[in-house]
Amino acid sequence: MPDRPGDQWDRRVANGLAFLRRRLAGDYEVDEFGFDPELTDAVFHPLLRLLYRDWFRTEVSGVEHVPVDGPALVVGNHSGTVALDALILSAALHDKHPAHRYLRLLGADLVFRMPVVSEIARKTGGTVACNPDAERLLGGGDLVGVFPEGFKGIGKLYADRYKLQRFGRGGFVSAALRTGTPIVPVAIVGGEEIYPMLADIKPLARLLKLPYFPVTPTFPWLGPLGMVPLPSKWLIEFCPPIPTAHLTDSADDPLVVFNLADQVRETIQQTLHSLLERRPDPFGP
Amino acid sequence: MTPGSTPGAPGVVVVTGVGRYLGAHVAARLAADPRIERVIGVDAPEPGAEFTDLLDRVERIRVDPGSLGGLLADLEVDAVVHLALVSAPDQQHGGRSAMKDQNVIGTMQLLAACQRAPRLRKLVVRSSTAAYGVSFRDPAVFTEETEPREVPRGGFGRDILDVEGYVRGFRRRRADVTATVLRFAPFIGSTADTTLTRYFAQPFVPTVFGRDPRLQFLHFDDALEVLHRSIVEDHPGTYNVAGPGVLSLSQAIRRAGRVAVPVLEPGLSGAAALARSMGFGGYGLDQVDLFVHGRVVDTTRLEQEYGFTPRSTAAAFDDFIRAHHGGVVLSRGQLAAAEQLVLDGIRQVRAAVRERTL
Repeated sequence: MPDRPGDQWDRRVANGLAFLRRRLAGDYEVDEFGFDPELTDAVFHPLLRLLYRDWFRTEVSGVEHVPVDGPALVVGNHSGTVALDALILSAALHDKHPAHRYLRLLGADLVFRMPVVSEIARKTGGTVACNPDAERLLGGGDLVGVFPEGFKGIGKLYADRYKLQRFGRGGFVSAALRTGTPIVPVAIVGGEEIYPMLADIKPLARLLKLPYFPVTPTFPWLGPLGMVPLPSKWLIEFCPPIPTAHLTDSADDPLVVFNLADQVRETIQQTLHSLLERRPDPFGP
Repeated sequence: MTPGSTPGAPGVVVVTGVGRYLGAHVAARLAADPRIERVIGVDAPEPGAEFTDLLDRVERIRVDPGSLGGLLADLEVDAVVHLALVSAPDQQHGGRSAMKDQNVIGTMQLLAACQRAPRLRKLVVRSSTAAYGVSFRDPAVFTEETEPREVPRGGFGRDILDVEGYVRGFRRRRADVTATVLRFAPFIGSTADTTLTRYFAQPFVPTVFGRDPRLQFLHFDDALEVLHRSIVEDHPGTYNVAGPGVLSLSQAIRRAGRVAVPVLEPGLSGAAALARSMGFGGYGLDQVDLFVHGRVVDTTRLEQEYGFTPRSTAAAFDDFIRAHHGGVVLSRGQLAAAEQLVLDGIRQVRAAVRERTL
């Protein structure tokens, strides 16, 4: 019998109900970091898919540089006032990668201080950016995503767009070296235009204990409407992996760590420039 | 070592805290082991008649830990198992100050007595995963090497840090004694009665809004097994003891068929009041911290050293659910029935529509 549209809907309803029952009965697994793959697949990734595919028209290239199995440390540039780029990167990578791998993001401890936000971060596979967690994930063969610029990256003004900030102490490099994990640099273009930050009200930021308080063309003037990201055009390019297996003994050698961090930084910066040339209009098709 | 005794297994064992559930069970199990000649249970002076059946083969001494002094030497004790820790203040018996007296001062006095016991060659101390403290910068999984970043707010957590500090000092002074520190995850099981089992036994379970902590449990029988092996075998060092795997609090509540009631997390000052409304009495901050931060430990070292893996957190929790099916609000059967009802309903509507259109 051919598939009638009714059968398809029946199946969807049945699947939806079964999902609801499993959730309400607690019949699912979370890993030791709190990652809930079922919830990520069923709720968070579909929402992000709407955003990266339809709203930002994201083009992804170089996915073949991300290994099909085994650990890798994906290092990207950070931008956009709120760290939406990390979420977009993880959803796009999961969809485009042949093995549909999950990117385990490392987030600032501020993320884990906030109620609700902290739980969403954990359930989607994130954890606190610290070396024990990074090394544990990499040791378990996971794909780990890190943004070494941190708040310096997302909190920079629109005038400084696509200028990579300082990479801190290079903790991400030592984590990769200690586990012999390849580093995959990734350049993300498009994040800088979603909430162009024109000014930073520092006293207000200090009052609210935030790293910065942004003023964008729409925020805070339009209130909650100012939270809608501008529909910029996004390009994501994964660069060839940098192997580290031969440097395992130099994990605490600052010279090796800084050199490698610089190499990653340069690769991302150059890839950003070439991507920007491919995208003359930030809000183009 | 007593001549003729099995290598590893001590002849005379002293167990503290036999007036409580864990101590009584450990002492009874040791007394049933033929390799051990004599089990002496030490307990606070006030009698508690609950465990007399269990302890019929255990010699009992009722003294304050302070007057234990020369007793350990006189009894020619080979091993001491220190279990007399209180995890929650008992308002009828002196509250928090009595709890601290027993945990901190009691351990200090016991360790002083142990130091003067010439035959002693083994010390096993009960600790807790609360030793890792709580901080938002904590790694997701604690190994035995993780140092606490912040001192916990709760009394029990602070006591545990003190207790472990004293054991470190004891190790330095008596390097000839095999000292084992066991950091236990919260106990659960079909028979165990703890603050946490009482919490999950309520039909409506209060949680902290916006927080879904990762929890680990240890089955009570596995705790007994690890304690027993620590005494009859030699396992120096500090070990995390927990069921592998993780349950999030919301998941545990759903598996138990209970309903979560999120409560707004108040500031520091309101936390104690919240704890009271959560039904923990004075337990307070230890529990609130656990329900905000969660706590997961790595048990690789235990599994390698003991050759024993406790049953998983999920399995231990299942055992608890089976024994406490009384207060279930929403059972698996009901959920499955509701699902079937909706599906049948859709099918009937669809059939009716089809009949009418034909």
